[in-house]
Amino acid sequence: MIVELGHFALILGLCFSLALAVLPMYGVVRGDVRCMNAGGPLAVAQCLFVTLATAALLYAFLSDDFSVDIVAAQSNTRLPTPYKFSALWGGHEGSLLLWLEILCLWTLAVAIFSRQLPRDILARVLSVMGMIAVGFFSFSLFTSNPFARHLHNIPADGQDLNPLLQDPGMVIHPPMLYVGYVGFSVAFAFAIAALLSGRMDASWARWSRPWTNVAWLFLTVGITLGSWWAYYELGWGGWWFWDPVENASFLPWLVGTALIHSLAVTEKRGAFKSWTLLLAIFAFSLSLLGTFLVRSGVLTSVHAFAADPTRGMFILGFLFIVVGGSLTLYALKAPAQARSHGFGLLSREALLLANNILLIVAAMTVLLGTLFPLVMDFAGLGKYSVGPPYFNAVFVPICCVLAVLIGIGPSTQWKRSSTTSWLRAMVVAAIASFILSLILPTLFGGEFYLGATLGALLFFWIVCSSLVSVRHKVRNASSLLTGLKRLTPSYYGMLLAHLGFACAVLGVAMISSFHDERDLRMTVGERAESAFSYEVRFDGIEAITGANYQGQRGNFSLYKNGEYLRDLHPEKRRYHARASQVMTEAAIDAGLFRDIYIALGEPVGEDAWAVRIHVKPFVRWIWLGGVLMALGGLLAIGDKRYRSSAGRSRSELPKGESYAKT
Amino acid sequence: MQRLKLFLPLIIFVIMAAIFFGVERRVQTGDYDPMALPSALVDRPLPSFSLPTLDGGQLSNAELPDTWFLVNVWATWCPSCHFEHPFLVELKEEGVAILGVDYKDKLVPAQRWLDEKGDPYFATLFDKVGTFGLDLGVTGAPETYLVDAEGIVRFRYQGALDRQIWDKVFAPRIAALQGTVEGGDSQ
Repeated sequence: MIVELGHFALILGLCFSLALAVLPMYGVVRGDVRCMNAGGPLAVAQCLFVTLATAALLYAFLSDDFSVDIVAAQSNTRLPTPYKFSALWGGHEGSLLLWLEILCLWTLAVAIFSRQLPRDILARVLSVMGMIAVGFFSFSLFTSNPFARHLHNIPADGQDLNPLLQDPGMVIHPPMLYVGYVGFSVAFAFAIAALLSGRMDASWARWSRPWTNVAWLFLTVGITLGSWWAYYELGWGGWWFWDPVENASFLPWLVGTALIHSLAVTEKRGAFKSWTLLLAIFAFSLSLLGTFLVRSGVLTSVHAFAADPTRGMFILGFLFIVVGGSLTLYALKAPAQARSHGFGLLSREALLLANNILLIVAAMTVLLGTLFPLVMDFAGLGKYSVGPPYFNAVFVPICCVLAVLIGIGPSTQWKRSSTTSWLRAMVVAAIASFILSLILPTLFGGEFYLGATLGALLFFWIVCSSLVSVRHKVRNASSLLTGLKRLTPSYYGMLLAHLGFACAVLGVAMISSFHDERDLRMTVGERAESAFSYEVRFDGIEAITGANYQGQRGNFSLYKNGEYLRDLHPEKRRYHARASQVMTEAAIDAGLFRDIYIALGEPVGEDAWAVRIHVKPFVRWIWLGGVLMALGGLLAIGDKRYRSSAGRSRSELPKGESYAKT
Repeated sequence: MQRLKLFLPLIIFVIMAAIFFGVERRVQTGDYDPMALPSALVDRPLPSFSLPTLDGGQLSNAELPDTWFLVNVWATWCPSCHFEHPFLVELKEEGVAILGVDYKDKLVPAQRWLDEKGDPYFATLFDKVGTFGLDLGVTGAPETYLVDAEGIVRFRYQGALDRQIWDKVFAPRIAALQGTVEGGDSQ
C-alpha cells in the first residue's frame, strides 16, 4: 500500500512540476503577478511529493518488501541497514529517483533563498527548473518506474546489493555527485532566464555565483569520494581509471570550474558575457550527457546501469530538447557584439581567459577520448579503446600550464598588467620553488624522477606565488594581521582551492614516480621486503563471518627498518547472495606521506597465498587536494557580498572590491 | 555575421545528437552492442570437454547432437538467468536442443533450480570452477552460443534471451545454417 502511495506521490509530483514549468512563465509573459508568485508554493509542493515518494521507496527497502522489483534486485534481508539506504540508489530506477529528489530540493532552495531577486527573473528561473523536473519525472514514471512490482512468485529474499557498493564511501558518493550534477541546473536556469529576459548584465552572474560554487563543491567532493572508493575497494590501488562514467562526472567538473572563473569576470568586469552563458549551458548539458551515456547502453563501463534502449531514446530526446533548445535560444539572443574591453597581457582578464581556454580544451579532449570509440564503432571503423596513455598525454601538459597560471593569476589586477615590484616578487617565488622542488623528491626517494620534480616544482610554485599574492594584498595595511583580516572569505577560498589543486598535482606526480608494487607468493611465517625499507610478515589466515558474507582474513605485521609498526588485515569476502563475486578488501596503513596497501590474492598451494604489497607515497594528497578545493568553494560562498541585496548593481559596489575572489 | 558565430555550438551539438541517435537506434534494433566483443571462438570448433552433468552423469563432445544446437551458460547466482529461464523452456517445447552449462555454481541449488523451474536442457554440464567457461571465453552469465551440425560455433550472444531477440538475432542465423547444412532441420 505504502509503495502505491509512493507511486501516486510521484505522479502528483509530475503534475506540480508541469504547473511549475508553465504558470510562472505564463505570468511573466502576461504580466500576471499572481502567476509569477505561484512559483514558490509550487516548488514546495513538488519537493514535498517527490520526498514522499522517496520515503515510500525507502520504506520498501527497510521493510524488505521483495515484491518491489528493485528491492528484490538490490537488497537482501541480511543487508546491513545503512546499505539498505544506499541500495535505494544502487540501480537505475532508484538513482533516478534520487536525482529527481535532489533536483526538487535545489528548486526549493532557489525558491527560498532567492526571494530578493526581481520577481520576473525568479519566476523564469523556477519555470526552467520546473521544465527540467518535468523531463525527469516523466523519465522516471514512463520508462523506469521505481515502484514496479511483480506479485507472482515474490522472492523469499533479494539478490543483495552489489558487494562493491556495500561500503561507507558508496553510501555518500552518489548523493554528493548528484547534488553537484543537478546543482548546475541552477546556473543553467539563471542563464536561460537571463537570455529570455534580455538582461545579461553583471547581476545574473552575481546571482548564479554562489549556486554554481555550491554545485561545484559537491561535485568535487563526489568525484574525490569516488576516487578514494576505487582506491581501497577495487583491490588494486588505482585511484583514477579514465572510465567513461568517471569521465562523465569529470566533464561537468572541468566546465564548471571554467564557469566559476568566467562568472567572476562577468560579474566584476561585465566581460565574457556570451562565453559565460555558454559555459553555464554546457555545464548542465554535460551533466545530462553523462546521464545519457550511463543509462542508455551506448558505452561499456563498470559503472553502466542495465541498459534499456527505450530509456536511451527518452533521455536522448530530452537532451535534444534541453540542449538544442537552450543553444538555439543562445544563438538568437546572446550578445553578439563583444563590447571592447581593453586588457593587458598580464591582466586578470587575460589570465582568466587563458584558464577558460585550457579547461575547455581539457574538457574537449576528455569528451573526445570518451566518445571516440563509440563514433568509430558506429562508423564501422572497428573497435577502439582509448586508454589512460591518451588521457595522460593530454592532461599532463594542460595541468602544468594551468598550475603556472594559477600562480600568476591571483595577484594580477583587472585590466592592466602588473607592476615591476610584483614581477620581482614573482621571480623570487619562482626561484624559491625551483630550489625546493629539487630538495623534496631527493629527501623522499633519493632517485631523480622528472615527473616528481616537475610536480614538486608546480606545487611549490603555487604555494610561493600564493604567498606573494597575500603579501601584495596586505602591503598597505598597518600590520600583517589587520591586513589579513581585511581580506575576504572568497579570496581565502580561492587560495585554498588553488592550494588543493597544488596538493593533487604533487600527489599525482609523487605517486606516479615513486610508487612500488610487488606481487608475491608468501607462505605463513614468511617475511617479505618492500620499498622504502618496509617489511611485511605473513602471520596466517583465519576464517571470518560477516552479516551477509563469509571470507578469509590475512594477518600481516608491518615493519619499518626492522621495527614493528602495526598489524594489517586484508580480507577476501564472498557474499551469500552473490556467491560468484569475491570481494577483495585491501588493508591499508594510511599516512600523510605514504600508504602501505596489502591485498590478499588467491591461495597458491599449501599455506601459500598470492599477496600484493604496494607502497604509495603521497597518495592521500590527491584526495586532500579535492577536500581543500571543496573547502575553498565553501569559504567563497561565505562571502558577505552574496547575502546582501542581490539586486544591487555593480556600480554601487564599494571601490575597494579589487581584492575579492578571482 | 557576428550572430552566425553564436550558432556554432548549436550546430556541433546537433551533429553529436545525430550520431547518438544513430547509435541508439542500432542499440534498439539489436545491431549494435558495445559489449559484444567478437568471440575468438566464432567459426571454430566447440572446445573439447568431458565434464560431469548435473544429473550425475558424464558428457563429452562425442555425445553431442548431430544437428545445430544452442549452448546456454547459466548459473543460479545470475539474476538475468531467472529472467531468461522461462523462455528457454518455451524453446525446448518448440524442439530446440539446448546444452546447459552451469557455470561456477553449486550442485544442490542448481539441481533444485531445474526441478522447480523446469529443465530446458538435453543435458547440463556442471562447470564448477569455470574451466569450460574459460575455454568458451565466457565473460558472464547468461551467454548463448549457436553451434552448427559440425560442432562449429557460429554465433555468440551475451545477455538474456527473449522472444524478440530470438526472432531478430537467432532466427535468421539458424535459417542460414539450415540453408547451408543439409539435414540440420531439428525444429
